[in-house]
Amino acid sequence: MQLTLEFGGGLELLCDSEKIHKVNVDLPNGVEELTMKDLLSWVRTNVIKERPEMFIKGDTVRPGVLVLVNDCDWELSGQLETTIEDKDVIVFISTLHGG
Amino acid sequence: MEKGEAKSKKAGGPPRLCCICNERRPVLKRPKTLQQICRECFYEVFEEEIHQVIVKNRLFKSGERVAIGASGGKDSTVLAYVLSELNRRHSYGLDLFLLSIDEGITGYRDDSLETVKRNELQYGLPLQILSYKDLYGWTMDDIVKMIGLKNNCTFCGVFRRQALDRGAALLKVDKLVTGHNADDIAETVLLNILRGDIARYVYIYLFLIMLSLGYIMIHTYAYFKKLDYFSTECIYSPNAYRGFAREFIKDLERLRPRAILDIIKSGEDFRIATTTKMPEQGTCERCGYISSQKWCKACVLLEGLNRGLPKMGIGRARGGVNGGDHKKETKAGSTVKSLESKQCGSLDF
Repeated sequence: MQLTLEFGGGLELLCDSEKIHKVNVDLPNGVEELTMKDLLSWVRTNVIKERPEMFIKGDTVRPGVLVLVNDCDWELSGQLETTIEDKDVIVFISTLHGG
Repeated sequence: MEKGEAKSKKAGGPPRLCCICNERRPVLKRPKTLQQICRECFYEVFEEEIHQVIVKNRLFKSGERVAIGASGGKDSTVLAYVLSELNRRHSYGLDLFLLSIDEGITGYRDDSLETVKRNELQYGLPLQILSYKDLYGWTMDDIVKMIGLKNNCTFCGVFRRQALDRGAALLKVDKLVTGHNADDIAETVLLNILRGDIARYVYIYLFLIMLSLGYIMIHTYAYFKKLDYFSTECIYSPNAYRGFAREFIKDLERLRPRAILDIIKSGEDFRIATTTKMPEQGTCERCGYISSQKWCKACVLLEGLNRGLPKMGIGRARGGVNGGDHKKETKAGSTVKSLESKQCGSLDF
């Protein structure tokens, strides 16, 4: 499925300084729906080029990374359980740098 | 929009509506109240919160000239945007200016100043830029070349604090506002406790005008409003100690979203023993700006740089003009000494 990933607040530095990534993600074998959990591990493998610890902590994003799915805070859609659909826009913004 | 509603259905139950207007789809959870609110109500709550801080603390009087310390980063960009909006909306009657300090950090400040120059046009606020090079004869690039990456942030912080004062005098403003956020303040409270640095609470009090809004709120606001800000960490600041406090605070926030505001409250309520000697505000004998010592910290540091003794004025090993005080402190007893040996000229926000 086609997704748009946007990295901001310094996270773009972890992926070749590109803020917007148009990507094509295939569903893992035997899975019907893609969740944010699947997407995060996909992003970590395929998009993040350096210092993944700035992005991931444990199996979720590092505290202080804001995640918006279609401009909505993922806390409202179930965080890691949020299901992702074709053409969704997912934004990651690090809030850990200075003002 | 439709898709969003379909999504919240999947997450369980019927689609929820904004807790405030009960009309639109919520886009975020407000950390302070855990209310789910929509984008429009979020803007309103955010701007109203800042307006309330301004009104309750009677920060401004009509007709005042006010400079906004602008770094190009998210906090000052949001502050400049919101303050110019509120000034219009609530007729504060303020003359607003942007004041930027150019520390002379190639690849960092030069880029962020471009952002401030765009803000000048976007918000129609006149901009004044002062540089370390002009004020002190040294850029941060020069200073780091000389002293390396240890203690460089001390120079930068002390110089910037005074540069902002000088800029304010140059613009003949009545007040200077700087944008901070709840996370930064909470970090600073924790760091000061960890360092045993009681004297710094004085400054925390003075800076209570700051936004009681956390990072997440400010970032979300800046993102939704598509504000033009610069978000790169300073190339000279690995700032490890503060980084630990920041991660710790973020972990706490995940467990309890109010934790950040609670830490600030503890900082405000901190009681200081009446026997503790607090620094008194005076003026520097050399440059005439605010100082709690004979010479201000900026002058001590500058003297050290110019004499090729950059360690002068850093940490506990004090020398130079304020050294005289040091002897007195030693006589006065060890408690006073350990408090006094921390200088209070720098704000580590």
